[in-house]
Amino acid sequence: MLRRHPEPLLWMLFSAGGVVSGMLMPVLVLLFGVAYPLGVVDAPTYDGLRALVANPIAALVLFTLCALSFLHWAHRFRHTLYDGLQIKHLNEVIAVVSYGVALVGSGVAAYLLWQLS
Amino acid sequence: MEQTHTYGDTPYHPRWLRRRVSTYWWLWKPAYLRFILREGSCMFVGWFTVYLLLLLAALLEGPLAYELFLAWSATPAVLIVNVVTLGFVVFHAITFFQAAPQAMVVRLGRARVAPQTVLLGHYAGWVVVSAVVAFFLLGA
Repeated sequence: MLRRHPEPLLWMLFSAGGVVSGMLMPVLVLLFGVAYPLGVVDAPTYDGLRALVANPIAALVLFTLCALSFLHWAHRFRHTLYDGLQIKHLNEVIAVVSYGVALVGSGVAAYLLWQLS
Repeated sequence: MEQTHTYGDTPYHPRWLRRRVSTYWWLWKPAYLRFILREGSCMFVGWFTVYLLLLLAALLEGPLAYELFLAWSATPAVLIVNVVTLGFVVFHAITFFQAAPQAMVVRLGRARVAPQTVLLGHYAGWVVVSAVVAFFLLGA
């Protein structure tokens, strides 16, 4: 029987997640994580941000960012534990837990963005 | 306690004799440390994704929850974590884009696009995406 391996797909999602998070996250962390809390720039108003997130294109970008970032994390986390820290005997458990967390996280993102639209 | 040798556990395969490497091998050389920091950046990517979901949840709950989220984001512990996160996501972006020319071969007709062009394309994309996001968020 020919078994199709999920590994190539997982690597593709990992790298897509790496590019998308690399492009979008630095500016988002700078604003939401540092500049707004420090008061360097004023945080968006509730209505302003809510309207922005309700935009279908913004929602799609945010969903893509969240889902691919979670998968990027899951894949890299699993491989670092396996190759880097050599926790090989727990490989299956770690895979199920990390990809599981990524799927649940993506589901939560989809639900929130759907409710906000 | 510490094994010096271990056998490969592949079934139906001649057993390999392998020297067991310390779990802390990545502290031996700066290049190894950079590798583990690069891999470790994924934890910060994961953290910030959760942070974004918390922001969306606060937005969904209402104006008061949003104000509470902003106040929470300014508490010292969260702020410190996010400053560190900023460093790691920038490191992640640079290392990931640096690897892109090796991972993808772009062709225009029969000619291969120079690796430097692929790298520059990623950086240009990064600048444009950041500018667009900042434009919309600062206007909101």
